[in-house]
Amino acid sequence: MRLIIREDYDEVSNYVANYVKERIKQFAPTADRPFVLGLPTGSSPIGTYNKLVDFFKSGELSFEHVITFNMDEYVGLPKNHPQSYHTFMWTNLFAHINIKAENVHILDGNAPDLDAECKEFEAKIARVGGIELFLGGIGPDGHIAFNEPGSSLTSRTRVKTLAYETIIANARFFEGDIGKVPKLALTVGVATVMDAREVVVTITGAHKAIALAKCIEEGVNHMWTVSAIQMHPKGLIVCDEDSTLELHVKTVKYFKSIEHVHQALIGTENLSLQDIFFFVGT
Amino acid sequence: MSATEGKVVKVVNARLLLNHEIVENTYLWFRDGKIVDPQALFFNDHREPDEIIDAHNAIVVPGYLDVQINGAFGIDFADESLSTEEIEKNRDTVALGLLKYGCTSFCPTLVSSAPPVYHKVLPLLRKRPGSVTNGAGILGVHIEGPFLNPEKKGAHKEEVLRTAEHGIETFDETYGPALERGDSIAILTVAPEVDGVLACIPSLVTRGICISIGHSTATVTEAELGVRAGATCITHLFNAMHAFHHRDAGICGLLGSTTLPIPKSQKQHPTPSASSPSTRNPDPRPFYGLICDGIHVHPNSVRIAYHSHPKGVVLVTDALSSMGLPPGCYHLGEYEIEVNGDNVAYVKGTTTLAGSNITIDRCVKNFRKFTKCSIVEAVEAATLHPAQLLGIEKVKGTLSPGADADILFLNDELDILRVFVAGEEVELGK
Repeated sequence: MRLIIREDYDEVSNYVANYVKERIKQFAPTADRPFVLGLPTGSSPIGTYNKLVDFFKSGELSFEHVITFNMDEYVGLPKNHPQSYHTFMWTNLFAHINIKAENVHILDGNAPDLDAECKEFEAKIARVGGIELFLGGIGPDGHIAFNEPGSSLTSRTRVKTLAYETIIANARFFEGDIGKVPKLALTVGVATVMDAREVVVTITGAHKAIALAKCIEEGVNHMWTVSAIQMHPKGLIVCDEDSTLELHVKTVKYFKSIEHVHQALIGTENLSLQDIFFFVGT
Repeated sequence: MSATEGKVVKVVNARLLLNHEIVENTYLWFRDGKIVDPQALFFNDHREPDEIIDAHNAIVVPGYLDVQINGAFGIDFADESLSTEEIEKNRDTVALGLLKYGCTSFCPTLVSSAPPVYHKVLPLLRKRPGSVTNGAGILGVHIEGPFLNPEKKGAHKEEVLRTAEHGIETFDETYGPALERGDSIAILTVAPEVDGVLACIPSLVTRGICISIGHSTATVTEAELGVRAGATCITHLFNAMHAFHHRDAGICGLLGSTTLPIPKSQKQHPTPSASSPSTRNPDPRPFYGLICDGIHVHPNSVRIAYHSHPKGVVLVTDALSSMGLPPGCYHLGEYEIEVNGDNVAYVKGTTTLAGSNITIDRCVKNFRKFTKCSIVEAVEAATLHPAQLLGIEKVKGTLSPGADADILFLNDELDILRVFVAGEEVELGK
């Protein structure tokens, strides 16, 4: 696993966006061999999405042969509801880029048979050859997607009941009325994410510090589901200084020194993303 | 089958007027002459745009509405001496000519005339959607008279003015069957103090006609009675009415009313502002037309009226047949009009102002200059407010999904750059 530490939210967003852009460009996707991207929602990826939109507008990146799979969606919320994840993805990313509508996959929280919807979602991922890169965030309780503490680390796409804390936290988007907050959500499983050929997790803010520490310095544990990244052959965490506040000083110094060695001794031009998997961005 | 049927158009790099503000990083999508919700198009229909229009950072707003315009390009709507074909051709000439000023919808206005004029002309000015072949859409006729007060006739001919001696029958007799049909008449200007008029207002309102107070000597009390009876507009505020007097505010005094009954629904009433009698309910005060050519109303007066009732202002041109033409002599109804070198139109041989030569886009620019209001407020005075007045704010005067795709691209000075009517671009420079 790699840990890249940057100063703040903006630098983290820039790094991740640059990374995704370079990965797509080096992959050189075509209609027969598209780049399959897994995407999150929430406040963490907004900066990254803005930067990706900028790359599209400047002509540096095209989404023509990119297929996306989102992590989750509320159950029972209309697709065009201001708080649905369909609306979030449209407003923050899809409206601004040239992605094809049929290449976008978001779980349908209004499907008549939710279990079938989840199974079909997994089947769609398999049909396009699996996910090349899954982008994600982390909750303060260390969860990835809606895989709240206690979720099986081998879980797949399924219906989940939201934790009470999550419902309370979300009430602010539903006029403060807990009754209006969805109680169920469809989510990819921990294993669905870890099945991707690469996983990139963005972690920013002091309130995520404990979660980050639990996930990388302690064992793989279903109470902190992002810890499953420790078992992934190609995991990358990009975080800001604030989120490292609960890490051992030694951990932080170690990962910073690796970056420094690369930059000083090996040089950026010798990087091959598929081998060394280390892009020292702008 | 139009060549553009089903074509999805996306406008990028625009500063859009949405939800009462100018927003960037948002796009405007339209198809088949209507503005559409792109999110639904994307997720439900899997459609991407067929054409992308780069607005190059232009300000993109709804097309303007002009609810008081008597004619243009040498054509007077109230001319019944012409044949039906000529009247229809004239109507189309004006409708097409107005597009370049950003006017995508209008109410052809008829000055006070004798009944034969109405009987002949009204059926030819029916509501009609706008298009690049038809020109600006016709929202219905604005009938200005003849139930007006001779003391405030302005440029109207006194002989045709009348009272409503037999109530609503007189109205039907004067205007003919078009008064009862729903497809012809948008606005009716009346003087509420004229005999028999006040009693007719409620039944006229139930016919779906917007009643506007004008050419009247009404005191503020008489004017308030008119509003209580159902009038929702004032015709060209300040003109053809008593000047504001501090002890009898007259029709202008409606802007200061606090005791008018609060409307039960928002429909066809101004939205509340800080100066409304109740800041959370619809505003009971009427809309008011304002001619912003700088001649009919002093800029300072425009500013005073605006600040006392910002959500009620409706910019109108009250343009004459001489609009769009050089100085000279023209006709307005049965009057002769003279336009001098300063583009001011007087009833020939008098100092009575007779309608204007201004275009709606210049009204918007002047209004912004006179009041120092924001671009949003200036544009809404010629889009949202007239649409609200007529109860058509879901389809006109807005860029929300479901509205007609009547769109203008403006620069920062509010000059017209591009015009679209029903989703098709108008070739300017005609």
